Amino acid sequence: MTSLKSRWGGTPPYILALFLMLSPAWAVQPDEMLADPALEARARAISREIRCPVCQGETIDDSNAPISRDLRLIIRERLVAGDSDTEVVDFIVARYGEGVLFKPRAEGVNLVLWLAGPALLIAGIAVAVAAGRRRASTEATLSAEEEARLREILKQ
Amino acid sequence: MIVELGHFALILALMVALVQSTLPLWGAHRGDARLMALAGPAAGMQLLLVGWSFAALTWAFVTSDFSLAVVVSNSHTLKPMLYKISGVWGNHEGSLLLWVLILAVYGAAVAAFGGNLPVRLKARVLAVQGLIGVAFMLFLLLTSNPFWRLAAPPLDGQDLNPLLQDPGLAFHPPFLYLGYVGLSMAFSFAVAALIEGRVDAAWGRWVRPWTLAAWVFLTIGIALGSWWAYYELGWGGFWFWDPVENASFMPWLLAAALLHSSIVVEKRESLKAWTILLAIMAFGFSLIGTFLVRSGVITSVHAFANDPERGVFILLILGVFTGGALILFALRAGVMEARGVFSLVSRESALVANNILLTVAAFVVFVGTIWPLVGTMLLGRDLSVGEPFFNAAFSPFMVALALILPPGAMLAWKRGSIARSLRSLAPAAVLALALAALAWAMQTGRTALGPVGLMLGAWVAFGALTDLWARTGREDVGARFARLARLPRADWGKATAHFGLGVTIFAVSAMLAWKIEDIRVVQEGESFPLGSYTVRLDKVEEVEGPNYSSTMGTMTVAKGGVPIAVLNPEKRFYPVAQMPTTEAAIDYGFTRDLYLVLGDRQKSGGWAVRSYIEPFANWLWGGAILMAFGGILSLSDRRYRVAAGARRQDLAGVPAE
Repeated sequence: MTSLKSRWGGTPPYILALFLMLSPAWAVQPDEMLADPALEARARAISREIRCPVCQGETIDDSNAPISRDLRLIIRERLVAGDSDTEVVDFIVARYGEGVLFKPRAEGVNLVLWLAGPALLIAGIAVAVAAGRRRASTEATLSAEEEARLREILKQ
Repeated sequence: MIVELGHFALILALMVALVQSTLPLWGAHRGDARLMALAGPAAGMQLLLVGWSFAALTWAFVTSDFSLAVVVSNSHTLKPMLYKISGVWGNHEGSLLLWVLILAVYGAAVAAFGGNLPVRLKARVLAVQGLIGVAFMLFLLLTSNPFWRLAAPPLDGQDLNPLLQDPGLAFHPPFLYLGYVGLSMAFSFAVAALIEGRVDAAWGRWVRPWTLAAWVFLTIGIALGSWWAYYELGWGGFWFWDPVENASFMPWLLAAALLHSSIVVEKRESLKAWTILLAIMAFGFSLIGTFLVRSGVITSVHAFANDPERGVFILLILGVFTGGALILFALRAGVMEARGVFSLVSRESALVANNILLTVAAFVVFVGTIWPLVGTMLLGRDLSVGEPFFNAAFSPFMVALALILPPGAMLAWKRGSIARSLRSLAPAAVLALALAALAWAMQTGRTALGPVGLMLGAWVAFGALTDLWARTGREDVGARFARLARLPRADWGKATAHFGLGVTIFAVSAMLAWKIEDIRVVQEGESFPLGSYTVRLDKVEEVEGPNYSSTMGTMTVAKGGVPIAVLNPEKRFYPVAQMPTTEAAIDYGFTRDLYLVLGDRQKSGGWAVRSYIEPFANWLWGGAILMAFGGILSLSDRRYRVAAGARRQDLAGVPAE
């Protein structure tokens, strides 16, 4: 990263991010894969939700960092040992922290993240309905004035 | 010398922008026609000066003037001409100059084509536009000057990564910027209207084309970026919910909401305050996007600390413009009373629902994008948010949007009947359900995503066609076809864009649900099955490219024993940049892409090969093109070309109704 920084010092960060993504797409290697297709599918599903601890925004499924390979192998080991999907994820979070989860758990402060959308939706609907009611009531009270205006317009 | 003139022109442009942002505003306040008349020529002059400045920087890149720091770090004498030119905006400083240039183009366009605008409104719009110019030119000159000379120029430049020298990526940033900056027009009109204290149907008619144009550019820019990621990165994916992608997606969602709500302002003189707020937010999110990308705060909190000057400056611009506009909004929004009343079941209400869903969706993307930042800076926790979160938290709002779109689009203004619009949509609903059932029966897995996506996509697409057909009246089929050709372009634009959205919804779900992936070790000469195809690795050889060495595979794809394609996936190594790359080989097809990637040679012999069948990949870009084309059709509608005359006719037409 330091060599990148000096060589591409003037490069905007988003281009740098692209460089990192551009490294050869060698994620899951054939020799890592499990013979049992059902277990392998579960392993892939889990590894798509785990962030590579040393990269920016890459899943261990996509990443070719050595640690990602280790994590992929750990997932498969645990699955073969008979762990459930949640147990496997718990196992990894216990060792690498909650930061590896690309889908933060809906608990504690993360509820803010999860409920932000639904809360705004409810607020939006409430405001829209209230505004609609107000509009309807002004329609009723203004009818006399509107009638007067209508007469005026028709006279012209 | 040319470079110095460019530098000088930029400083002059800043001075002109200062004049443009102050005197006409004062003139509009005082009713001084001479001061107001300054705005137009100032905007034209600003375009000339910034244009000259941009041309000077381009000249420096084209002639490889390595006394400029930007040119040294982003160019090389041997680089192809196209990429020397695209290198102008392939870096922080140059891309901001492009930002300012586009801003000046929009400002000059208002000056040139805004002849039908009321003088006062025009002066105010141009003044606000000038103020944005002042802020960004100050930012350029003070923190990111592209005309910085080096005391000891090197013999050659450091080059741009060869992989970024790609036609898709060369034109991706200018389109995105045309979109971002296009939203500044909606912002300027909104702020001018707030100062004026008046929003009417004509205002809606003036704002809408700019928003539409910005949205079309954003659509094209995002699609280009997504397409580039698909064919170049070698993952077979098309969208990564990366912060940089999200930065362009949020303004797109809000621009979509804005161009729908401004229809209500234009046709019904309702939702005025909301539309103004939306215009402020849409540009605000463009600025947030610029901040997120330019400050480096997203890539790493430390990158921000390394270069706080730029980040803080953009944050300041964001705060002053969005905050100032919101304060103005709070003070003046009450002045804008709605005229058109509408019942709960009406086109207006449907558009309100559209706006709520799009805004909430943009908000979810926003919260998800900044959540890791909130975690690090406020909570002291390491948190990540990625694709699994967005799939779960963003998609429901899009599903709801797709469900209400067809009936909502067919409701009558003011007071409609859901039963009636659902009745005419019955064929579309039956067709969508039938297709979903067929897909459910045909697919091998038991995922609901594919059939549900197909149903939603078909519902939206056939709904758009039903809507268009319903516009032709109730006569016999021949007469209706004749009327179809004479429908206003806005109707065609609406149908085309909605149809394109349906196609995109279908393609996204198809690619997520039905993609087939295969990873294995293959010996040379060996075949393996991939879906209903057979792929054979014929040979792997070393090939020398112009500036890289390549390990190239030759693979034959056959179906039922008949060869249908020979593909050459590569692994390249660029010695100058010391960078290995994968070049996927893609056989594009109407219903599927075959996507082959060659990996490393295995110790046990043979090669790692990764292959995908990407179903309906081309439909994704097709859908985006249709959406953009729909926008262009609407933009070319007669109504906008004769806006001035139409306004007077409208006023005269009221008593007759």
